[in-house]
Amino acid sequence: MSQNTPDNAASGTPEWPTRFAELAQSAQDTRLIRYYSAGCVSGDTPIGDTSMVSLDFETTGLDPTFHSIVSIGLVPFDAQRIRCRESRHWIVRPVLPLHRESVTFHGITHSEISAAPDLREILDEVLEALAGKIVVVHYRSIERQFLDQALRWRLNEGIEFPVIDTMALEARLHRNKRPGLLDWVRKRKPVSIRLADSRTRYGLPYYAPHHALTDALATAELLQAQLQYHYSPETPLRELWY
Amino acid sequence: MAVKTPGNPTDNLQVEQMEVREHLSRFAPFDHLPEETLSQLAMNVEVAYFRAGSTILTYGQAIKDLHFIRSGAVEVYLRNGDLYNRLAEGDIFGQLGMMHKKKVRFPATAIEDTLIYLIPDALFTELWANDEDFADFVETEDQSRLRAAVSKQEADNPLMTSRVARLIPRAPVTASSSVSIREAASLMTEEHVSALVLLHPGADIEQNWQPGDPPLVAGIITDRDLRTRALAPGLPYDTPVSEIMSSDIVYIPSDAFVFEAMLTMLRHNVHHLPVLQKHKPVGVIGLSDIVQYESQSGLYLVSNIHQQTSVSGLKSLSKDVRATFVRMVNEGANSHMVGSAMAGIGRAISQRLLELGEDKLGPPPVPYCFMALGSMARDEQLIVTDQDNALILDDSFDPNQHDAYFLELATFVSDGLAACGYTYCTGDIMATNPKWRQPLKVWKEYFTEWIRNPSAQALLHSAIFFDLDGIAGEIEFAETLKTLVAERAKRDAVFLAYLSRAALNRTPPLGFFRDFVMEKDGKHNNSINLKRRGTAPLSDLIRVHALACGSRAQNTFDRLNAIAETKLLGDGVANNLRDALEFLAIVRIRHQAMDVEAGRDPDNNIEPENLSPFERRNLKDAFLVLSNAQKFLRHRYHASSGGIIN
Repeated sequence: MSQNTPDNAASGTPEWPTRFAELAQSAQDTRLIRYYSAGCVSGDTPIGDTSMVSLDFETTGLDPTFHSIVSIGLVPFDAQRIRCRESRHWIVRPVLPLHRESVTFHGITHSEISAAPDLREILDEVLEALAGKIVVVHYRSIERQFLDQALRWRLNEGIEFPVIDTMALEARLHRNKRPGLLDWVRKRKPVSIRLADSRTRYGLPYYAPHHALTDALATAELLQAQLQYHYSPETPLRELWY
Repeated sequence: MAVKTPGNPTDNLQVEQMEVREHLSRFAPFDHLPEETLSQLAMNVEVAYFRAGSTILTYGQAIKDLHFIRSGAVEVYLRNGDLYNRLAEGDIFGQLGMMHKKKVRFPATAIEDTLIYLIPDALFTELWANDEDFADFVETEDQSRLRAAVSKQEADNPLMTSRVARLIPRAPVTASSSVSIREAASLMTEEHVSALVLLHPGADIEQNWQPGDPPLVAGIITDRDLRTRALAPGLPYDTPVSEIMSSDIVYIPSDAFVFEAMLTMLRHNVHHLPVLQKHKPVGVIGLSDIVQYESQSGLYLVSNIHQQTSVSGLKSLSKDVRATFVRMVNEGANSHMVGSAMAGIGRAISQRLLELGEDKLGPPPVPYCFMALGSMARDEQLIVTDQDNALILDDSFDPNQHDAYFLELATFVSDGLAACGYTYCTGDIMATNPKWRQPLKVWKEYFTEWIRNPSAQALLHSAIFFDLDGIAGEIEFAETLKTLVAERAKRDAVFLAYLSRAALNRTPPLGFFRDFVMEKDGKHNNSINLKRRGTAPLSDLIRVHALACGSRAQNTFDRLNAIAETKLLGDGVANNLRDALEFLAIVRIRHQAMDVEAGRDPDNNIEPENLSPFERRNLKDAFLVLSNAQKFLRHRYHASSGGIIN
């Protein structure tokens, strides 16, 4: 069904099941060993049969080397159903003090932060929720890099995992060519591929942003919509993941 | 926000999806649920996206979730593929299947991109079992939901739930009708009452009255009667009270509701009603006893109308008519009360105009009956109404000698009614039209001809004459016509077939979709005329059944009572029709009252955006009752064969 050639999906993307097997061997931390040992499904798996988990972080800023994770939300789902019953949400204590602006941004208060655990204490549960499932995010740099950095800082080793990026899927539809002269003359703006704007194109409702759990739900819904419009259930995972 | 903290194995707090909870909480049947239950729902829903055009449920498939539309639009179909409903944000579907073998009863398709929140069976079943409001909502499709809506409204109004017996201030003061007027007056003074119940000489009210025993009550006399009938004409004190008492008494049974007493006073313009229990007088209730229940029932207005001495005086009361209407609606009156009160007011104005006309033109040369037709005759008048009337003249009527008088009288009344806000009838069904100003024998021929040789065209015009009521003069003339119709119509299948066909001309819509009225073919309209698409076709079809079972009743609710006594309709059908009529009528009435209060011209058109979700649901149910009743009517009287029966 897809007319879009997966751009960098093929190129920079590792052969994930093999990569997980290697990492299960080389990892030091027992929690990571357990996560990798749960394995990763083959890139040939049809998307319609894939177990996924939508993941969203709220952070104190955009640079993973300077900023920290404040909250984590995740919702397991597949192409047919999103299972709110298995939703999880954690507030975690950032390493660096919370900026006043981002406090208002996420609606998380200082008292909640000071009572919250360090990521290290809940890592077991987070990895358990992700194990064996394909992570779905909107804009892969954030979740992948922040989690990697957070683990490097705490465990002296990072984490790698495949993601389906709903923003990248939108970009394939709307950003597959550079704006032409005609677009410039017409002052045509590029189509927004932000979460809320992307959802609107599929008739999905407005959700208040910047709550990790709501954003994770919003992302899962967006992927269901994208799959129904642009991909058959038989589409192999390798065409979608990074 | 629930925070999952580590190191505490007993802490199994789950997190809820706040967007889900917030949205559910805005729509019935979730809007009344406690916070805790809503959180429970939000934690447990599943979510599914359906692209426009995709199938959500197919007939007979297993169903294990209640479907709640978060966004988008869904069409639900009957098994035969007919459109059943079109639903939008906040609506639920799949509940019938959930309650019935967990199999889909009504297939569903997304007609727009749609996001569904699925409420799992376990939670649905728990709410269904434990939350009465929720159970009512999901179980009671159609008729039973309508029943609940109507009875809830009536339960809120003491006039409709209190019995007359509760109003009786004291045991009745009685005397034998053989006493003198002076004895009567002194007894009334001693007892501080303004009305005296008079018994037949020798009657004993302590004794148990049995059917077949002679009647106990001979009449009633009031303060006013003593003044106008005894003092003013200067009757001697020893005149027997039986000579001036009202012997044709209007009374009320003790188990009647207060509103029925109110309507009886209003209709007959009397201020004292003897209350009878099995023919035995148990009290007298006065206007003031009722007014303490409901101050603006129109009772004062009717007596005020009768005191006016000019057309302009009557005209000046028009604004009071509207104000009475609005107050009755705001005080929770049902459609029967409002319709009867408005008809009573219209009747009083007509009666007063006839009296004023006779004052001006002199006494009539031959007896006549002034007849109301249509909604006034049915006691179902509202404020947006034209005048429909006719004159039945005595058979001694000679057009050359007498018609000039009756034309003048009819014109006086018709112009007066128009001045009071009852616009001229566009179909010219008024006593000013010579065709509708005829002696009784001609009226008998009219009705006989309409019944014996019906034609679709003729019935379109004459159907209104089958709701008739004498309101002044020789009421007997009108009663003769009612009897004729009741006896002839029921025997004539061809007439009933034609009348049915006329009753099927106007059909209800399917329901509402967002801010539109949705027709059966799925097309949309911006507004609905609730009279043309609701109350009128319902009254039309009830009229056919009533005539078929030989009823003389004119009021649609009375007709339904008469129909219910026969086996003509299936069990409960008459009750469903009653609820549907009440709901359609009261929504129409309420919206007219809102128009009046907002300073707009009231009409019968309603825009869906002005309907509450409660009204929408119940109107849809009422439309379905009407639609099913029309199907039955077509079949029962062979209306589709054009009324031709061999």
